[in-house]
Amino acid sequence: MTGVLPITLEDSTKVVQALLHSGKEYVCVMRLHSDVKEESVRNVLAQFEDVIYQRPPLRASVKRQLRTRRIYYLEFLEMDGRNVLFKVGCEGGTYIRKLCFDAGEVLGCGAHMQELRRTRAGPFVEGAEGFVTLHDVAYWLKEWETTKDERLLRKFIQPMETCLALVPKIYVRDSAVDAVCHGANLTAPGIVSFETGISEGSMVVILSLKGEAVALGKAVVTSEAIEKMDHGVVALAKRVLMPRGTYPKCWKSGEG
Amino acid sequence: MPRSVAPWEIERKLIAKAEDKTNPKYGHKPEGRPAEEYIRYGVVNLDKQAGPTSHEVAAWTKRLLKLQAVGHGGTLEA
Repeated sequence: MTGVLPITLEDSTKVVQALLHSGKEYVCVMRLHSDVKEESVRNVLAQFEDVIYQRPPLRASVKRQLRTRRIYYLEFLEMDGRNVLFKVGCEGGTYIRKLCFDAGEVLGCGAHMQELRRTRAGPFVEGAEGFVTLHDVAYWLKEWETTKDERLLRKFIQPMETCLALVPKIYVRDSAVDAVCHGANLTAPGIVSFETGISEGSMVVILSLKGEAVALGKAVVTSEAIEKMDHGVVALAKRVLMPRGTYPKCWKSGEG
Repeated sequence: MPRSVAPWEIERKLIAKAEDKTNPKYGHKPEGRPAEEYIRYGVVNLDKQAGPTSHEVAAWTKRLLKLQAVGHGGTLEA
């Protein structure tokens, strides 16, 4: 299997959970076990859009219990004899191998996954700037080590904030940053701006005004509520990403 | 039937709540971190080739960059 595989380095490994929840896109070749009309294939694939039930296949890295997965879109691209090419946008943890098998069962002819390429993992897409092979990594790394030109690093490494591009953002004042780094909950006065679409319980990313990720949080109120609030807790700090002391400490300790 | 919206299709707007400036003395813009820090807080959007497993590819990246830890965003396996 080939395609988009984001590799988080050292400290950015903490944000990998945000990637696992942000959806995937694949292009797949499905091999049918007998001749079927294109119209039937199109109709059956369309049935797999929206919510599907899947039991992970025998060779799987998770517990084999029936679970639901959301298929955002499943687009038939072309068909050549018994080979069917399609594109699918789906929730993380969807087994395309299983989807092919199940489509074969519905068609009545049987089918299996012939080839698979991931074209997207959350915010990371195939063909985008900075999409590199291991050979590219080795090459640019060597170039950087000899020249020490930091622009070369940026050819194959992106800031961890890229991983969080699809997570709703809350920007906070310099004075609120270190408190969040110490695990304090984010309160309304610390907020400078925020994105729409935050609901109670949704994952948010707390950023400094420079755009650095401070922490991953869990919102306790909606975007609409944040707009009106002048005090009170907006988000709980769940995963602190920035080291303490990067920004000055601006709060008084309890003992005063 | 309207199909479900993928996470990358959601459009968000930024709403201003207050005004404030950031002091250049503290921290760095993500793309302006010094090299060593840039790597530690970095991610590689890798084009995985057929053959090696995701874990192997992650391990090679780790060795290549001489790092202590790497992670990957979703195993890409058969």
